[in-house]
Amino acid sequence: MLKDYFMFSIKNLAKRKLRSWLTMIGIFIGIAAVVSLIGLGEGLRIAVTSQFNFLGSDVLSVQASGLNLAGPPGTAVATPLTDDLKDKILKINGVDAAINRYIESGTLEFNDRQTIGMAMSIPEGSERKILEDMLNLKAEQGRLLKDGDNKKVLLGNSFKEDDIFGKGIKPNDRVLINDISFEVIGILEKKGSFLFDSAIAVNEQTMLNLIREADDTDVNVIGVKVKNVDNIDNVKENIEKLMRKERNVKKGEEDFVVESPQNLLATLNSTLFAVQLFIYIIASISIVVGGIGIMNTMYTAVLERTKEIGIMKAIGAKNSVIFFLFSVESGFLGMVGGIIGIIFGLLLAYGLAFIGQITLGSDLIQAHITSGLIIGALLFSFILGIISGIVPAYQASKMQPVEALSFIK
Amino acid sequence: MKSTIIKLDNVWKTYKMGDIEVHALQGLSLEVKAGEFLAIQGASGSGKSTAMNMIGCLDIPTKGRVYLESQDISRLSESNLAQIRGKKIGFIFQQFNLVNTLSAMENILLPMIFQNISREERENKAKELLNIVELGDRMDHKPTELSGGQQQRVAIARSLSNDPDVILADEPTGNLDSKTGENVMHFLQKMHKEKKTTIVMVTHDAHLAKFAQRIVQLKDGKLIRGRK
Repeated sequence: MLKDYFMFSIKNLAKRKLRSWLTMIGIFIGIAAVVSLIGLGEGLRIAVTSQFNFLGSDVLSVQASGLNLAGPPGTAVATPLTDDLKDKILKINGVDAAINRYIESGTLEFNDRQTIGMAMSIPEGSERKILEDMLNLKAEQGRLLKDGDNKKVLLGNSFKEDDIFGKGIKPNDRVLINDISFEVIGILEKKGSFLFDSAIAVNEQTMLNLIREADDTDVNVIGVKVKNVDNIDNVKENIEKLMRKERNVKKGEEDFVVESPQNLLATLNSTLFAVQLFIYIIASISIVVGGIGIMNTMYTAVLERTKEIGIMKAIGAKNSVIFFLFSVESGFLGMVGGIIGIIFGLLLAYGLAFIGQITLGSDLIQAHITSGLIIGALLFSFILGIISGIVPAYQASKMQPVEALSFIK
Repeated sequence: MKSTIIKLDNVWKTYKMGDIEVHALQGLSLEVKAGEFLAIQGASGSGKSTAMNMIGCLDIPTKGRVYLESQDISRLSESNLAQIRGKKIGFIFQQFNLVNTLSAMENILLPMIFQNISREERENKAKELLNIVELGDRMDHKPTELSGGQQQRVAIARSLSNDPDVILADEPTGNLDSKTGENVMHFLQKMHKEKKTTIVMVTHDAHLAKFAQRIVQLKDGKLIRGRK
């Protein structure tokens, strides 16, 4: 019996093909927008998050800020960090370690091809182990750097692929950094972060003597490890206090940032959330408009079929049957609109992600559409259809058979 | 003496048209016996359609009682009335009133679907009925693809699908030419004779009324001729 009612509803929709399609367009635009935008937003969030997850939660980074030009972090700033700051930070209560990090952009050449990358320093002595733990450095091939490794380089995981130089780099290969020959000592494990996976790591002395200009002693970043994660906010405040004193700036006018990666991630996440929320609102408006479209179509259908409703009642259809028939019809409009919307949304999201990856060459644009999102969208569109149809269907069910039968089109 | 299947007892129906009250029925009393072919004849505005609505459980009276097989139906809810209509009454309308989206076969199936009759049973029944009204070869045609006479025969078949106690025919030939109309009337007579169905026909046409066994005349919502 249910099957017969479904068939009956489908027949009625099929009879008014153009109107049914036009009604469904209203829903499918909204659902396509929701699916593709949520999918891309979620993909972006995952991509961004993965850039940070190699850092521990007990780490703070100190950087000079002020003038922000494109370049390695902490470069091109008005007042760079000095190399004596590290020892002053070390004296702050709760600080376990502080490490000067030098970052320099340069060229990397292999197999007669060149790319621009960022070289970072790894300190020597006891600090080496601390930084290795802090960044969770592990060699996938070869080994990590050790003291006295001169003209030796540790490379990020992406360099082992063929796509950068036409040929993957292996340990013992020789590469040119700023036209100086280096021996590749190891390849790092993959972290899923493009910053990390394209790292070019050298010993601090190598960095200062060979890659940097000789008189440049500016520190780019000071990495700070705290003793107790629970104290991290406290330590952060104390470092900020010290930095204000050292650099002679007032509160609120800081030309530096002290940040934990988790902090940064939270800020980014809340920004992303605001963007997503905005998208949701736009998409919801479109879906509500679609729902009103269904309601309108169903009202028209009820009016048009007044006589038919009268006939069905005369031959024994109860109010509930009439209500059910019209609800199924509007539910169908919603659901079919939803299915088409989901298909378009998937195509749109993966299409845009594909185009984005080709044109920008970045993994940041990716689509992440879960089965939950798809099922949710499907259910939502079906329920929306039914809800939009409730009032028209109720109106139809409550018609008096005598009046409905005498209705003239 | 045959049992009474329908009884109207001092039935009033009053419609409000703005401030004016229109009394479509003014104390109509009438009995229909099982197996009878009754014609209710009257001019336009005589209240004959209203009377048919009462008998057919399509409407309830303002005052008075309507009994179907001794069950008082004058105060039932619309859903209960629908159930009674679906089980006990078959309608034949002047405008045929078939569902245009459905084929002839599906139109006949529809009342049986509403009564939850199994697929096999209802399909056999529909085929049998289509053969009786001589439309077995037209079962997949939509109403718009059938002539007026054929449509009315589909309606007759539909009215019989649930083996009703009473068939109500409201000007069944009103939209047909006289030859086709007569043909339809012969079908009704055939149903009456072969299936012993009770038929109540409403018409303004005295000639048509002669097909019935008994004729009552209505004027101003009251019986003016014929025994009640």
